[in-house]
Amino acid sequence: MSDRYPGYDVLAKRDGLSWNDKTREVVGRRLAVGIDDHRFFDEAEWGVLRALCDRILPQPPERERPVPVAALLDLRLREGPGDGNRDVALPPTDVAWKRALAALDAESRQAQGRGFPDLTPAEQDALLRDMQEGRLAGPAWQGMAPKTFFSARLLYDLVGLYYAHPAAWSEIGFGGPASPRGYVRMGFDGRDPWEAAEAAPGREDAARRENRHVR
Amino acid sequence: MSDERPGGGDPAEAPRACHGRAPDVFVPGGWVPMREHGEDEPVDFAIVGTGAGGGTLACKLAEAGFSVVAFDAGAYWRPLEDFASDEMEQQKLYWTDDRLCDGELPLKLGANNSGKAVGGSTVHFAMVSLRFRPDWFKSRSRLGYGADWPIDWREMWRYYAEVERALQISGPVTYPWGPKRPRYPRRPHELNAAAQVLAAGAEALGIGWSSTPLATLSSPHGKAPPCVYRGFCVTGCSTNAKQSVLNTWLPRALAAGAEIRDLAMVGRVETDRRGLATGVHYCREGRWRFQRALNVVVAGYAIETPRLLLNSASGLFPDGLANSSGLVGRNLMVQLNQAVWGRMDREVRSYKGPPSLALTEHWNYTDEGKDFHGGYCYMSQGPLPIVWARTLSGRGLWGEALMREMADYNHSVGLKMVGECLPDERNRVTLADETDRYGLRIPRITYGFGDNEKRMIRHALDFMGRALEAAGARGVWEQDDDTCHLNGTARMGEDPATSVVNADCRSWDVPNLWICDGSVFPTVGGVNPSLTIQAVACRTGDRIAALARRGEL
Repeated sequence: MSDRYPGYDVLAKRDGLSWNDKTREVVGRRLAVGIDDHRFFDEAEWGVLRALCDRILPQPPERERPVPVAALLDLRLREGPGDGNRDVALPPTDVAWKRALAALDAESRQAQGRGFPDLTPAEQDALLRDMQEGRLAGPAWQGMAPKTFFSARLLYDLVGLYYAHPAAWSEIGFGGPASPRGYVRMGFDGRDPWEAAEAAPGREDAARRENRHVR
Repeated sequence: MSDERPGGGDPAEAPRACHGRAPDVFVPGGWVPMREHGEDEPVDFAIVGTGAGGGTLACKLAEAGFSVVAFDAGAYWRPLEDFASDEMEQQKLYWTDDRLCDGELPLKLGANNSGKAVGGSTVHFAMVSLRFRPDWFKSRSRLGYGADWPIDWREMWRYYAEVERALQISGPVTYPWGPKRPRYPRRPHELNAAAQVLAAGAEALGIGWSSTPLATLSSPHGKAPPCVYRGFCVTGCSTNAKQSVLNTWLPRALAAGAEIRDLAMVGRVETDRRGLATGVHYCREGRWRFQRALNVVVAGYAIETPRLLLNSASGLFPDGLANSSGLVGRNLMVQLNQAVWGRMDREVRSYKGPPSLALTEHWNYTDEGKDFHGGYCYMSQGPLPIVWARTLSGRGLWGEALMREMADYNHSVGLKMVGECLPDERNRVTLADETDRYGLRIPRITYGFGDNEKRMIRHALDFMGRALEAAGARGVWEQDDDTCHLNGTARMGEDPATSVVNADCRSWDVPNLWICDGSVFPTVGGVNPSLTIQAVACRTGDRIAALARRGEL
């Protein structure tokens, strides 16, 4: 994917007027989560989850500190507040996740003779599409609907965790935290100097220069 | 925080409003004095919930001279010190206790349609402050659908004006629809690019549009500053520009002598052998307690209100309190929240400013050309990244396909409806067999759309799609699965056989039990409900004071 916002790092604003103390505190905690931190999932589940996250939210290989999506999920399930939203087709969130990871691995072994982490990316994607479209029905799901889990839990949780991370904000040119300083230029193409500059094709250097001054 | 005094710890873990003081929401670390009431001494009113219904009513009753204790299961936040600019952290404002959802359309609860905080969901509402179309108060007799309200629109018009003054609503000088109303107290906000798209589309299709009447300041008022357009409105306003119940009605309530108990989960309304309410059982700091009261007001919104009434069943009321009609929990109404989205060539950056700065109520006030009952408005949108990414993944996108779409975040633009659902007794809140950490049975929410809703969705998506394309958006697609707001489940009416409360929000069965929130709506109309909930609460406060003067409480 081409770099739409070259050189833009929302964290350059971290000590500036757009971040209040509370924001620094909570985002700082998130940034401290290590890529391999896990206590909720066991090693087998962890391997499946890591492989799964790489397919659902592929990150640029050159990214120095990838968003630790799997570890953020582990932390979330450990800390345990639900989200007030449970389809009757699914067991409680923590149970559903463990069961789904085991079932995905079992489906993989059944179909390919290898665990999910050992599949090629294309094979992994094919199995995930089967899950998304309701074509999996092995006993390991224990009556839980794979299709419902895929949309209501898997995508919902992982996507939410990824886009809670500053690296994802920088990637899409989001202004990020904005308190106490908000914004001034509200109209079309109305970029405030503390927002990401988007690169027109062939003009990446100009955008990079602008983004260097974002504070 | 290092404050070792009572109320100085984590506000989500230890109550703040105690020992004669409550948080001053305008000052980091600040306090205001709070009158306290003994549990054994019956207060005039115990109010369950401090949102748009309960918080507003607490203020009105305290200012009328009644003794009031208002309970909230959530925390007492000070926005300036407690609120981050962060979608994930601010989930602390939502009601995230387990609820079971089933039916043809299992609702997605727990985010924008619920709140657990002192101030209720107004702490994270989108501030859209609209009046009902007058005919909706008599939609059965005038428009041929739904149910009539037992209140006249002209009376509501006066209470709408009272709420608009209290919240210092910013809005246009002249509102394009409906009967004359006073000009809004504050000037309208500037339109962001997303709102300009709505305006361009409406003009291209020849319908009216307006800047949205919003409960966020466009100029300073009291201790609150004007909006700085940070755009995190629906995750809680960290500057106090938003005029929520937390920073408007509740400071007034405290000043008038009301007590607020935060982190206090009410589990049961107690009734005696005469069939009168005697007080509420509530859990605070891990202990069950009992507050005696001469009157109890239930104001927990359309799920927790019926849940509490059903969980308060007794020998005299085996089917739950106020439920002789069998309607407690029935006629749950969400609102249709479908949208169209597309991409503009120019940068929109809709994350700036309040999310819905422009709207049209054309299809609320025009009945020609509709093949459905009821109405809808639609508004410009400003989804933050998590909400936007989940909208896209809701289309089934993941992997590279999702990342490609997300790369267009700053060019994305949309129009979203708030549409009227009809009351249907099959849409309801019941009790599940599972219990929560308090040992209380959790609610089960059963929901499905009827044909009318499906026809309205089709009409709205077609119209909004044309409007978005006319404004220059490309690649327009439909988001057809979203809902918002929760109303009904304890409707008001004129007949005890077909309603739960009367026009004064007083229950037919238990004369000292009142219900004051969106539950009492017989119909929801095609506008966001918060202004109407507050207007009903203001009216209820005035009616209770009038009844008390006549000795009829």
